[in-house]
Amino acid sequence: MAISAPPQPKKDRWASGVTPYAEMGYFDADYVPKDSDILAAFRITPQPGVDAVEAAAAVAGESSTATWTVVWTDRLTAHERYQAKAYDVTAVPGREGEYIAKIAYDLDLFEEGSIANMTSSIIGNVFGFKALKALRLEDLRIPTQYVKTFQGPPHGIVMEREYLDKFGRPLLGATVKPKLGLSAKNYGRVVFEALRGGLDFTKDDENINSQPFMRWRDRYLYAIEGVNRASAASGEVKGHYMNVTAATMEDMYERAEFAKEIGSVIIMMDLTVGYTAMQSMSKWARRNGMILHLHRAGHGTYTRQKNHGVSFRVIAKWCRLLGVDHLHAGTVVGKLEGDPSMIEGYYDTLRLGHVPENLQNGIFFDQDWASLPAVMPVASGGIHAGQMHQLLRYLGEDVILQFGGGTIGHPMGIGAGATANRVAVEAMIQARNEGRDYFQEGPDILEKAAKGCPELNAALQVWKDVTFDFQSTDTPDYVVTPTLV
Amino acid sequence: MRITQGTFSFLPDLTDEQIGAQIAYSLDHGWAMSVEYTDDPHPRSSYWEMWGLPMFDLTVHDVELVMREVRACREAYPSHYIKVIAYDASYGRQTTALSFIVNQPPHEPGFRLDRTDAHDRVMRYRLYPYSADRPAGSRYLNGSGA
Repeated sequence: MAISAPPQPKKDRWASGVTPYAEMGYFDADYVPKDSDILAAFRITPQPGVDAVEAAAAVAGESSTATWTVVWTDRLTAHERYQAKAYDVTAVPGREGEYIAKIAYDLDLFEEGSIANMTSSIIGNVFGFKALKALRLEDLRIPTQYVKTFQGPPHGIVMEREYLDKFGRPLLGATVKPKLGLSAKNYGRVVFEALRGGLDFTKDDENINSQPFMRWRDRYLYAIEGVNRASAASGEVKGHYMNVTAATMEDMYERAEFAKEIGSVIIMMDLTVGYTAMQSMSKWARRNGMILHLHRAGHGTYTRQKNHGVSFRVIAKWCRLLGVDHLHAGTVVGKLEGDPSMIEGYYDTLRLGHVPENLQNGIFFDQDWASLPAVMPVASGGIHAGQMHQLLRYLGEDVILQFGGGTIGHPMGIGAGATANRVAVEAMIQARNEGRDYFQEGPDILEKAAKGCPELNAALQVWKDVTFDFQSTDTPDYVVTPTLV
Repeated sequence: MRITQGTFSFLPDLTDEQIGAQIAYSLDHGWAMSVEYTDDPHPRSSYWEMWGLPMFDLTVHDVELVMREVRACREAYPSHYIKVIAYDASYGRQTTALSFIVNQPPHEPGFRLDRTDAHDRVMRYRLYPYSADRPAGSRYLNGSGA
């Protein structure tokens, strides 16, 4: 149920001193959001004794024009336009003390095409607010007017598939392991074997940048040797995500330019570099025809807890706007956090042209992407060939399945691990297209494919019983669903 | 070597029945079907020859129509690469949905990887199909490849 406003003000709005935020105009239950407003859904947990409406108004105030006390200089402006307005405050079912506050922001509050500005406004100042025990940004509605100030992914799913000439199946990748310690030459060996065995991509891990045991330039040179050898052996376009994450933008550009010079089709960066750096690299990638992969390093520090932080679906929206071609978005079945409904919401956010409100998946608003290209989601972390039917069912076809351990840990070698994954995905797609109930019959389909493929057979034997069945932390409030079906 | 382009290149060669099942799936989605062939399998060879125009407006009952084209193309070009393509013209896609090889030359010689030293340990790579030593149209005759 929606909560109504507290009693009427006792103090004049403009008298010096402290006026409650709700009375200053930051709460308006009658406000009808404009099509051009940015809308936010915050989960607020007020301190004991703090009224939920006042807490919501405070969030609206502190994320737009307000400070803690009345300032007369507000009167030099058309302040009502610039004030964000909390327009709906609703208790969360089954979560005592938590409310969803919906807040509308006028478009004038934001600089065109700047995720840095948008984040500074909406999450810049409010998360440490004393009157709140916890605060979480659950979702945003970005209006078409603002979407159109961004160009989005440098390539997007359609262009990437045409560029790679790979259609109709998930792409396959692997992160080189061990992620730290390999020399450049040994590292390139893993790249070569995995790509020649049948993967489309290999990947630097998030924390492999340029350490004493392997400098970036050496790694790139050996990796590209592996890529070209594998391409010649298969007749396919292959790639290795060269991580350009570095201490400064100048260093990142230097590494990206070198990756381009040696003929890499793809580079990557980490979320830790920040929004401005990511948007700069996005523009560079579009200018230079380079596919851009983003590893969401660090996101778990603020996306995982249900009552505080920023939901990953918001991060996904920001990343689609600022423009990446790939983004890690969860596996459902692997080793990392991920409730199936929540992950469906992230994947929809990255891939669809129009994402309808869907509370079960954590989507609070309709989101129209206004023709912005789609981002390829990446599933990585604790997945293996034996789960192929589950992966296809939960994640669909436009996804990159990254089997790091599930390739490199194969008992017959890295190439065999890659072959096992490729045969498994092709067999599953074939069975699905033939109309089989591949989800139920998945294990049979894989076993049959393994009869002609000793590599897949060995993979199934080693990993068939490996599952990561833990309770998810970040789950939907609106429908009770089990973590794994 | 076996060139592994296309959706099902790691599986045993599809039988005609299996090819038909993939066509049925595509037609069921309302996708247009086409057949293309080439003797230049370089991974960046984007424009294979079109075996006629794409077939639009087919229904799931028209699998045999498409198979007829596949067989005719095979008969005309038994030693070429031939692929079946399903095209999704819907808004937001407007691209290939499925693309798989249904015919290969009897012998695939593969690619040579040329390396040229540039500067500071940078290597220039060139992928060269052995078959391209011969002129287009006569590259895979007699199963000899190059």
